[in-house]
Amino acid sequence: MRLEYPSSVKVIFVPCTGKVDVIHLLTAIQKGADGVYCVGCLEGTCHYNEGNLRCRERVDYVRSLLQEIGLEADRVRMYNLSSGEGPTFAAYAKEMNENILKLGPNPLKKKTAGR
Amino acid sequence: MIVAKRKPFDEIMQLLKGHRKILVVGCGTCVAVCLAGGEKEVAVLTAELEMARRLAENPVELGSATLERQCDREYLAQLDGKVDAYDALISMACGVGIQFLAERFPHKPVYPAVDTAGLAVNQDVGWYEERCRSCGRCVLGLTGGICPVTMCAKGLYNGPCGGTNKGSCEINADQPCAWNAIYERLKAQGRLDCILDLQPPHDWKDMTPRSLIQPGYKKPEKAKA
Repeated sequence: MRLEYPSSVKVIFVPCTGKVDVIHLLTAIQKGADGVYCVGCLEGTCHYNEGNLRCRERVDYVRSLLQEIGLEADRVRMYNLSSGEGPTFAAYAKEMNENILKLGPNPLKKKTAGR
Repeated sequence: MIVAKRKPFDEIMQLLKGHRKILVVGCGTCVAVCLAGGEKEVAVLTAELEMARRLAENPVELGSATLERQCDREYLAQLDGKVDAYDALISMACGVGIQFLAERFPHKPVYPAVDTAGLAVNQDVGWYEERCRSCGRCVLGLTGGICPVTMCAKGLYNGPCGGTNKGSCEINADQPCAWNAIYERLKAQGRLDCILDLQPPHDWKDMTPRSLIQPGYKKPEKAKA
């Protein structure tokens, strides 16, 4: 299909979005990522039954943690699609990219780190 | 097991506001199983604190350690050489572990990161229900294995009260009446006579700090030394 999506998106493969943990998403933001999003299978079609549902819960939890810290919750999002939906994957990548451009860079990058 | 709930982040931030070097101490037993204060939760809290303080331009130096248990001296001893490098400790253990940690390092401020929420069963992953208040006088043998102290809103040893309502408690229609459940279970077992075995009022003076030495562990030789 040779579909284009923003080059700022770095893909990390996991066996199932159910493998994605709170600390993975939080560490990405802590290390300076402007945003993180999980792309899981459509709800109800998880090969492991509930992996993508668990991921959504964790994404929601991380969003609440970011708000507590003082960062925008929308830096972390969850999307769902089927493996046959290449154009939707590219569309979601563009949507997330635009969302992050609107929010601006991760403010943590400008601050001096502790240790 | 003992269950606990993470304190609100704002409260934790408030507790730690004057400190710049903090050690986050997790516990690998009960609070790890109930997903409140194990290694994973220590990592999440550490990351949150680091980011929040960095954003507030008040950076903090953080360390983390998760002990097997905070209610045993031999595990606490693993921190002996470590705590001097920090201004304060924040513990993710239950109230017992937090106090034992504070007792071990009396010169350091020790803060709680969780609220201890009771002795509970695991209904599903992440879902816990209280079953015991550790009252010190167990009557489960007479109540069909249902604790009236925990499961009855009034903690009645001899029930039910006048608020029982078709199997529900007067505090909430979704809350089963413990004494109705006790009656039904004893009836099914043909042991309704147990309900007539009236219990005297609980001696709440027993609720002063208790200590316990199991038979065979009195170690008189240590008392002499």
